[in-house]
Amino acid sequence: MSTNENPPNTAPASQLRRDLLSILSILLGLGASALVAAPVVGFLLAPFVRPKPRLWRAVGPLDQFKVGETVEVKFDISNPLPWDGFLAQTSAWLRRESEGYLVAFSVNCTHLGCPVRWEKDAELFLCPCHGGVYDTSGNVVAGPPPRALVRYPVRVANNGNVEIQTTPVPLV
Amino acid sequence: MMHSLKRAWLAIDDRLGISKNLFPVMQHPVPPRTGWWYVFGSATLATFALQVVTGTVLATIYVPSTAHAYDSMQFITHSALLGSLVRGLHFWGASAMILFIGIHSVRTYLMAAYKYPREANWLTGSFLMVLTLGMGFSGQLLPWDQNAVWSVIVGAEQAAKVPYVGMALARWILAGQTLGGLTLSRFYAAHVFFFPGLIFLILGIHLYLVIHNGISEPPRAGHPVDPRHYRAWYEHMIKTEGVPFWPDAAWRDVVFSTLVVITIFLLAWYVGPPELQKVPDPTIIQASPQPYWYFLWFFSLLALSPHAGETFLIIATPSVFFIVMFLLPFIAHKGERSPRRRPWAIALVIMSVIIIGVFWREAELHPWVPDFTAQVLPASVVNSSDAAVVHGALLFHERGCEFCHYISGYGGHRGPDLTDVGNRLSSPEMMTFIMNGGYNMPPFAGVLKSAEANDLIAFLQSRTVSGNAAALNRVKE
Repeated sequence: MSTNENPPNTAPASQLRRDLLSILSILLGLGASALVAAPVVGFLLAPFVRPKPRLWRAVGPLDQFKVGETVEVKFDISNPLPWDGFLAQTSAWLRRESEGYLVAFSVNCTHLGCPVRWEKDAELFLCPCHGGVYDTSGNVVAGPPPRALVRYPVRVANNGNVEIQTTPVPLV
Repeated sequence: MMHSLKRAWLAIDDRLGISKNLFPVMQHPVPPRTGWWYVFGSATLATFALQVVTGTVLATIYVPSTAHAYDSMQFITHSALLGSLVRGLHFWGASAMILFIGIHSVRTYLMAAYKYPREANWLTGSFLMVLTLGMGFSGQLLPWDQNAVWSVIVGAEQAAKVPYVGMALARWILAGQTLGGLTLSRFYAAHVFFFPGLIFLILGIHLYLVIHNGISEPPRAGHPVDPRHYRAWYEHMIKTEGVPFWPDAAWRDVVFSTLVVITIFLLAWYVGPPELQKVPDPTIIQASPQPYWYFLWFFSLLALSPHAGETFLIIATPSVFFIVMFLLPFIAHKGERSPRRRPWAIALVIMSVIIIGVFWREAELHPWVPDFTAQVLPASVVNSSDAAVVHGALLFHERGCEFCHYISGYGGHRGPDLTDVGNRLSSPEMMTFIMNGGYNMPPFAGVLKSAEANDLIAFLQSRTVSGNAAALNRVKE
């Protein structure tokens, strides 16, 4: 006997049953999806909820930096991961303005973040991407950058080492 | 022998329903005389298939870790058997896919195939375009060389300029507050799982809609689309004049896609993939990041737009483009389809091609980039025994003038060419410019001593048409 010989049961009671089963199936599907979605979305949004601690990193003894000179210094990022590779380090431009005054500039151009180069004899920071130019104090003197180079917190520790504070990539 | 083969086919066909379900789809009737304008969609599909195959193979060697990605790319490019060829196929395939999805959308726009009843075809196609550009950007980062590292930063900085959500977007691109081990993995996941998965899904819908709504007939002037009668008219036309898609129309798709694949193969073989740049070390400041060709024109827009309105342009240009693209079928879903009756559509396409072309050309010349390699001006150019002029020429190089100013074959193009500036400006005018700077020129008042400025100006005053002619004659003699 094939099922074709029995027409679908259209009695009101079985229609109600079908409606309930439909709603039940849809709700169960949504519930199961939500159960999976919650941890998945949380996992993806992790970069927002776990800010990195800001740490002071030594970049060398104070007497290593001459007054009036701007040099590149490298230091470890905050909380490096074992597979960071080259990204475990970052850099800044350190300028010893006077005996007791140090300035640390982010290397990122405030236009679009490209690395600015210090040109010693011209006394300018030049950006290779779109030609932004900054003076010794990091102020914009030409090109598209909207604001001065971002400064990182810098201090001289008790042991005589210059220290820079790890800072998020400056976004404008 | 033939008999048993036929029996085998019948058995397989009975189980899989190939001739019952697939043949009718392949042979569905399409309008006659569609011609060569209709091959770009299938060419995009063919390049996507090429990307899936070559990408899957590349993933068998590539290591998506910030510590090892660069080394694995070096291995693929220089050591692995056929590695350079496969990477070349993937690179040129990506270029072709972006090119053909562009041409396909322009063709669809010019022939107004987005009008009733194919609005959803256009919308799914628009999503596919966004995803393809996403593949282009994420794919450019996976080589994980110096260029890629800085491209992530540039991408995040651009995203940060979006109102309200920009900061969050940028943090999400960086996978945190700084570059790090997490940054690359998410681009890898996006490029290999998220985007391709979405492309498969939406491509499926796109192709289903092509069957459901039928291929648009070549537009004729004076036959506007009327949503009330179009379907009935189309069905009648297909019944009376339609030809089977396979092989009457499909042969052109196959011929063109074959040519595309052969071209990509030749490019991969003879030109190869782009050479990897320096190691991905963000502390190496000597970097000149540039996007691949398909985003290069936007890169030069960023350099050339007026500084004050730039943040607005960065956000507005792509936003307006995509908003118009997604609204198009809602704004104009009926009326004339023929480009002959839609001169504004033609004007818009020509204008866009010219604008993008001009920015591309500028990007090739990139006059805004300081010439970091500029050499000291040789004596043959300086052409003077005057001590002040000779010292001025040295200062021109040392104090950085030459990064941006061009003199007789040396220096950058950011600022004006100073080859014969002695004919144009007086000494006091030069002093004012040099000391105070200008729109795109830094002031040198704090850098140059007064005597140095005088020597520099003595040198610049010696740059005249007659002086250069004399120098040229001396070189010839």
